[in-house]
Amino acid sequence: MTRSEETVVSLENVGVEFSNASLFQTLRGDREVVKAVDDVSLDIRENEVIVLVGESGCGKTTFGKTAVGLQRPTSGSVKYRGQDIWDAKDGNGDVTIPFPEIRKSLQIIHQDPGSSLNPNRTILNSLSVPLKEQYPQIGTEEREERIYKLLEYVGMKPASSYASRYPHQLSGGEQQRIALGRALLMNPDLILADEAVSALDVSLRIEMMDLMHDLQREFNTSYLNISHDLANAYYFAEKVGGRIGIMYLGKLVEIGPAEEIIRNPRHPYTRVLRWATPVMDPDSITEESDEPPIRQIDIPDPKNPPSGCRFHTRCPEARETCVNRVPQLTQTGETIESGVACFRRDERDEYWQSDEIA
Amino acid sequence: MTIRKTQRPTARKNQHELLLEVRNASVSFDMDRGTSKVLDDVSIDIYRDEIIGVVGESGSGKSMFASALLDAVVEPGVLSGEVIYHPPDGEPYNIRKLSDRDLKRFRWEEISMVFQGAMDSFNPTMTIGEHFEETLYAHDYELEAGMEHGRTLLKDLYLDPDRVLESYPHQLSGGMAQRALIALSLLLKPNVLVMDEPTAALDLLMQRSITSLLSKLHEEYDITIVFITHDLPLVADLADRLAVMYAFQFVEVGPCHDVLKDAAHPYTRALLKAVPNLAAALDEMQPIEGDSPDPVDVPIGCSYHSRCPLANEQCVETQPAFRNVSDRHRAACHHWSEAREVLPYTLSNETPEVMFDDAK
Ligand SMILES: Nc1ncnc2c1ncn2[C@@H]1O[C@H](COP(=O)(O)OP(=O)(O)O)[C@@H](O)[C@H]1O
Ligand SMILES: Nc1ncnc2c1ncn2[C@@H]1O[C@H](COP(=O)(O)OP(=O)(O)O)[C@@H](O)[C@H]1O
Ligand code: SF4
Ligand code: SF4
Ligand SMILES: [Mg+2]
Ligand SMILES: [Mg+2]
Repeated sequence: MTRSEETVVSLENVGVEFSNASLFQTLRGDREVVKAVDDVSLDIRENEVIVLVGESGCGKTTFGKTAVGLQRPTSGSVKYRGQDIWDAKDGNGDVTIPFPEIRKSLQIIHQDPGSSLNPNRTILNSLSVPLKEQYPQIGTEEREERIYKLLEYVGMKPASSYASRYPHQLSGGEQQRIALGRALLMNPDLILADEAVSALDVSLRIEMMDLMHDLQREFNTSYLNISHDLANAYYFAEKVGGRIGIMYLGKLVEIGPAEEIIRNPRHPYTRVLRWATPVMDPDSITEESDEPPIRQIDIPDPKNPPSGCRFHTRCPEARETCVNRVPQLTQTGETIESGVACFRRDERDEYWQSDEIA
Repeated sequence: MTIRKTQRPTARKNQHELLLEVRNASVSFDMDRGTSKVLDDVSIDIYRDEIIGVVGESGSGKSMFASALLDAVVEPGVLSGEVIYHPPDGEPYNIRKLSDRDLKRFRWEEISMVFQGAMDSFNPTMTIGEHFEETLYAHDYELEAGMEHGRTLLKDLYLDPDRVLESYPHQLSGGMAQRALIALSLLLKPNVLVMDEPTAALDLLMQRSITSLLSKLHEEYDITIVFITHDLPLVADLADRLAVMYAFQFVEVGPCHDVLKDAAHPYTRALLKAVPNLAAALDEMQPIEGDSPDPVDVPIGCSYHSRCPLANEQCVETQPAFRNVSDRHRAACHHWSEAREVLPYTLSNETPEVMFDDAK
């Protein structure tokens, strides 16, 4: 593919399994295995914004960490600019990009910004550490200057006043800005923001997302955001022409341009998420209990996911065939940018002859 | 499945009958820096059978208001003012004058409360069933009939009573525990349910499932619901009326439809533009500049004046009283009618209609 030179991170058929087993359980043979991510492929390009949406436990964090080299996949491959990240780490084959450089280029902002800042350090101190590690050659003065400049970038003026504070002296929104600033200090190619926006009060979210967009223009970063809220995902992705990916129990079930996902959701699960997203339109306010368009409101246990299409236990469109066969993500648009994993997309699929179970 | 629905039916049977009257309620804390007034002379009426949404950013005083409703402000906070309850049959009374014993009874049997984070509300060493039994026992209710009602409530909330009642809290998912807590809070058939951020920390899908179940319960059991949240879009689809809090006071109260359609207070208008929302055009959305006031140091005039584009001398000097915008819609702003003219916003210009083109 000609695009490959502009792809920052490429994940191919990635699977991540966790086995939570004590020695005792292993001996008894009842190892508990969770397939947190199951056969997911995704290319993240330069300057691209992708938001992953799905319920908790569906593997968003695990997949995100795999994309930034913080989680080793148990199957498939993750490449940074063509270099397999784990080959670089293990020194396998010809390593063109050393692991530390990859780690520096792929940064993460956590959901809880407070916990990622050392409570006993001033902001200046906290931000100096990674900078010292990465750029040992620069002097104290230049380091501080860079930090001040960055604080100004993330809207914290006067920078010197904020730099001397401790984390508890900052609001949640301010802590989140610091976390973003710290990630940017490394001049990364990709930032994983794991529920970094949904942790904020609704009235502060637009501000944070606008800031992230501004910085993207400034620093040419790509973002992989994680959210359980389609309205935030839409704002963050659509404003800069990005994509939304929908995950369900370890699978990527739909992906596409934000506008498509919101206006024309194709996967039955995406439609459920769309239903769940309030539309604050006074002329269409509904009242009477409009029932959730799912057969069960609780998500199945990820340790014991349903067979076939994993959504079949809740899907309003499920038929017998969905219990046994696993739908593959198939391309819906002209490009590789969008896809849906549901038998209903193919009018010749045996799904249409199968008995309804819903 | 279509997202668009018909207009909600206008006011249900009793929605003009007073149920709770809050009069000049204030909560203050003595701090080193001075007195912190975290609820500031708030008065509001709550009507029978309505769902009222109380919205405001974090720190605006929503939880203090919730505690005041049940005379449950925790020390060293000091509550002043009155909360008058109008029982369905009998004379109204000020709940602040109740004895401890009567207040305890009142809190489950008349008004019940659900907080965020069900896991913290349950005792981790007791099963859900034991919580139900203990509650019935403590209030001298008949166990068998009470548990029967409890099972019905659990089923109403899409929970399997057999499984849930014998589970310990940690054996349930967050969404299940929160629904079990709602069932427990309704066990003694209260008239009012006060919910303080009851769905925060849950997935959006679970939040919406819960609000949709709540509106069913509300119909079925004639419960008045006070739903408190920072999440305006969530409650906008549920509430009959909205009450907007800013800086420890209500600044606007009115029918949900009217407040969304044409808010009168400049803060509400700004808030409606600042909240991610599928119905609004993306480039219309805009954060609210500036910060909200410190409870130790609230300005003398309008508390919003430092952020308000319409603020003038009068706003800096005089605190605006509530004015009638229409029959049931009030706003605390000197210049509300001007605000409606010069601070535009639109929510519904481009509602994304969902198209479902199945495999064609
Ligand atoms: N380190 C781990 N060890 C064992 N199981 C894990 C671990 N991390 C995640 N899981 C499990 O993997 C599944 C996906 O988790 P996660 O990626 O955190 O989902 P999400 O971010 O969508 O909520 C869950 O069932 C979770 O319990
Ligand atoms: N125990 C306390 N002592 C002093 N101030 C408090 C205490 N609890 C809350 N506050 C303050 O009261 C104000 C209102 O808080 P709260 O009602 O919890 O807001 P909300 O629920 O809208 O987020 C906030 O400024 C908060 O900092
Ligand atoms: S494959 Fe079947 S169960 Fe899965 S989403 Fe499509 S219709 Fe539903
Ligand atoms: S009273 Fe004045 S400052 Fe306050 S909201 Fe109204 S116009 Fe703005
Ligand atoms: Mg996660
Ligand atoms: Mg609160």
